[in-house]
Formats: sequence, C-alpha cells, structure tokens
Amino acid sequence: MWANVVPFIEAQLGFLPAPLVTLAVIVMKIVVILVPLMLGVAYLTFAERKVIGYIQVRIGPNRVGPRGWLQPIADAIKLLCKEVVVPTGANRFLFLLAPILALGPALAAWAVVPFGAELVLADINAGLLYILALTSLGVYGIIVAGWASNSKYAFLGAMRSAAQIVSYEIAMGFALVGVLVAAGSLNLGDIVEAQRGPYSVVNWFWVPLLPLFLIYFISGVAETNRAPFDVSEGESEIVAGFHVEYAGMAFALFFLAEYANMILVSGLAAVLFLGGWLSPLPGVPDGIHWFLAKTSLFLFLFLWFRATFPRYRYDQIMRLGWKVFLPITIVWIVVVSALVVWQIPPWFAAT
Amino acid sequence: MNAVVNYFKSLTLWELVKGMRLTGSYLFDRKITVQYPEEKTPQSPRFRGLHALRRYPNGEERCIACKLCEAVCPALAITIESEAREDGTRRTTKYEIDLTKCIFCGFCEESCPVDSIVETRHFEYHGEKRGDLLMTKEQLLANAEHFEAQIAADRASEARYR
Repeated sequence: MWANVVPFIEAQLGFLPAPLVTLAVIVMKIVVILVPLMLGVAYLTFAERKVIGYIQVRIGPNRVGPRGWLQPIADAIKLLCKEVVVPTGANRFLFLLAPILALGPALAAWAVVPFGAELVLADINAGLLYILALTSLGVYGIIVAGWASNSKYAFLGAMRSAAQIVSYEIAMGFALVGVLVAAGSLNLGDIVEAQRGPYSVVNWFWVPLLPLFLIYFISGVAETNRAPFDVSEGESEIVAGFHVEYAGMAFALFFLAEYANMILVSGLAAVLFLGGWLSPLPGVPDGIHWFLAKTSLFLFLFLWFRATFPRYRYDQIMRLGWKVFLPITIVWIVVVSALVVWQIPPWFAAT
Repeated sequence: MNAVVNYFKSLTLWELVKGMRLTGSYLFDRKITVQYPEEKTPQSPRFRGLHALRRYPNGEERCIACKLCEAVCPALAITIESEAREDGTRRTTKYEIDLTKCIFCGFCEESCPVDSIVETRHFEYHGEKRGDLLMTKEQLLANAEHFEAQIAADRASEARYR
C-alpha cells in the first residue's frame, strides 16, 4: 500500500521539473512525519497528566472538552497567546535561538527512524551515527538557554544539564556500540532486520543485550532530563532550571523538544532492542502498528518512572553514569563481541 | 558479605521494580477526586464559614455589646462600638468583621454568651473590590436572617456537647 503512494504523487506532480518534484515529495514526507509527531507530543503531555494523576489516585484534567481531550489544544493556544519576555541583560539573539537549537535536533533525528519496512525518510547507512550526533546537539539548546538568560538559576540548571547529558551520552553511546556489534550495521532498518528470527520475541536484541538495553533506556531518561534525572529543571531547588526566564512560545518550544526527545528515545529503544516493526506474535503480520505499540510502552515507562522515583542527587547521578553504567557497558560489549564471534544461537547463528 | 549481596541486588533493579509495582497498583485504584462545583465534601455542623449576627425569634438583636469576641479575636478582625439605647439596654452601634483579617478560628463564636455572633456553613463568597470583605453590622444581620434555619438546626444538634 505505502509503496504506491510516492510514485502516485510523483506522477501527479509531473508538470514540475524533476528536482522540484523530489523536493516536494521530501517536504511532504517531512510533514507526514512531523504533524503526527507534534500531535503525539501534545497528547503525550495529556497522557502524562492523566497517568500521573491516576497513579496519585486523582482523575487528572477532565474539564476541557469531553473527558479533557481538548486540554493540550487549550494549553497550546494559551502558550501561543502569551508574551515572550526577554529579560533585561539577556543576550537577545542567543535567548531566542536556544529554543530552536533545542527543538531542531529533536525533530531532525526522526529522519532516519524506520517506522516500517520501507517507511523511512532517509534510509542512510550511518543512521545510528546520525542519531548520536543529533541527540548530542540537543544539549546546546539547554546550555545556550541557561547562559543567555543571565540568571543564576538558569545557569545552574544549564551547567547541571550539560554535565549530566555529556556523562550519560558516553554510556548511551557504548550501549549503541553493543547494538551495532550485534547487528553488524549502522542502518536502523538493517538493525531491525537483524533481529528477525524464528523465535520472534526472544530473537530481539533485548535478550542478548539486556544490560545494554536497560542502560540505554535509563540513559535515555537522563538524556531527556526527565524524572528521576531532572536536576537541570529541579523545580524544588533551582525554580525551573534552564528555562526559568522563558515564557510563551519560547517556553513551549523547550517543552516540545523535551517531549519529542522522549518519543525519540522510546522509538529508538523499540527499533534497537525490541525489533521495531517486527511482530511479537508468530503468524501476525509485521507493521508500523507494532513500532507504535512498542514506542508507547516505553513512553508509558517514562511517565511511570516520573510518578514513582524521587529525584537523584547530583553526585549520585554522576556516580551512576561513570562508575556503574560505563563499566557495565564496556564489559557487555566484550560479551556481545564474544557471542557474535562464536556465533551463539539463536541470535547470532551463522546464516 | 552483605554489601556484596546488596551490590548485586541493586544491579537487578529489584528495589526500583518494587517501587513501580506499588505505584502501578495505585494506577488502578479507586480515584478520590471530588469534582468540586458538582460534588462537595460533607460538612460538619461545626463548620466555620461566613459570620452572622443573630437575632432572637422576636426580632431583638442578641448582641449585648459585651465585646468578648472583640477581646478574644486573635487577628483583631472585630471592631465594636456601643451605646445605651432609650430603654437603657446596651447595644452595638457598629459591629464589623474584616474577613481579610479573620482566621476563622471560631473563638468569637465560643466566647459569645448569647449565641449572637456565629459562623455559618457558607464559605463560597467573594469580594470584587477593596472593602467588599469588610462585613458591616447590617450585612452580618442579613447573613443571619438568610441562614437562620441552618444555624438554629446546627446549634440544636450540637447543644449537648456545649
């Protein structure tokens, strides 16, 4: 079904010169990815408030629209209508650039995420490297925001966040190295295909790479500055951290970036460790719905973590990242390499 | 030895799973939210809300301007002025409660020897401009007139504990 859509659109645009047709198709693909993503972000905020409300034995938002379903729309309208206040003494250019720096990479990373067998915007062979590069860029938005705000709270938040993200990037990077050793490819589509096997669920990488899987997801929580690793926001200590001085749409962009990153980390966890679009049940066809279901599972875990765990102390975060995760990942990369070299079934059997 | 066991136990994330199991069970628990304007929590007959200055059934003001409430008020929210009436009894000429100062402790009500100043169950009121929450004697008397049935019923039901 999907394979026919692009040639059909290209045929409809036949009156245009060829490069323009390519551009138009790419722009359309981007829109098709970003619009549901933005809706997903909006309703993730709603889901977060509902889930955390339910866990706290409350109902959560239920006044705007039937059962509260229009709440995110109301929030968006409110934030759009608010004034963006640039503090005196703030660096105006950087202050306004920072939210864009935060959001840009969070959206751009979606280019290489495969939603289905052929459903990927850019099927490049350095996909994982591209993801690593772009998720690292996200930290600049936070650092620049904290610095440009000219506020001590924002600056402290930015410093904490920078140290945290850089520390966990290493553990996360090593976890991804394990994946690419196991898959033998940097292409995300190939990584999913490498997880295909006769035992479906057991064949996926989460079994042989279990420690790396856990470390990847926990690092992902830390990378997105979510509870229990939200020291950069730390509302009980430093007000709101790096985004204290932001209001209105500039603040909303940080919010969008945080939630888009959450979805990205969840989607990647699904692709890298849970077999992306592969079906967990034998006989049931693969498809994008499996990818979405697995992503939702991880997103729910994000919310569940936030409702359960108290915030880590700063030194504990550093200890966990450097003294626990880093050694474990390195050891497990060796183990995975051994599994691959000796072609241990059922994951790495010789074909 | 214990430290070693704990180290490996922490690697299994067992304690985190335990915590998540607890919160997860609350996800399906009955919700305790009271949807306020539509639903309300039950109220005690001793509820301390908006003040009222009562009259006797024959229409005479109960208040005899003894100023005990003014003296006991910890927030100094009550102001009373009094003089003798033609029939020789002492009555208030001014009885004001500043609700922005009032802490709703109920001492005025307890100190009153004639059950004149009382606190009603009404708590959903507001002021729109400065001075709106300064209750004058007329307003307090009007409050009592409006809520008298409830006030009397509450006094009666609590009489044996006083």
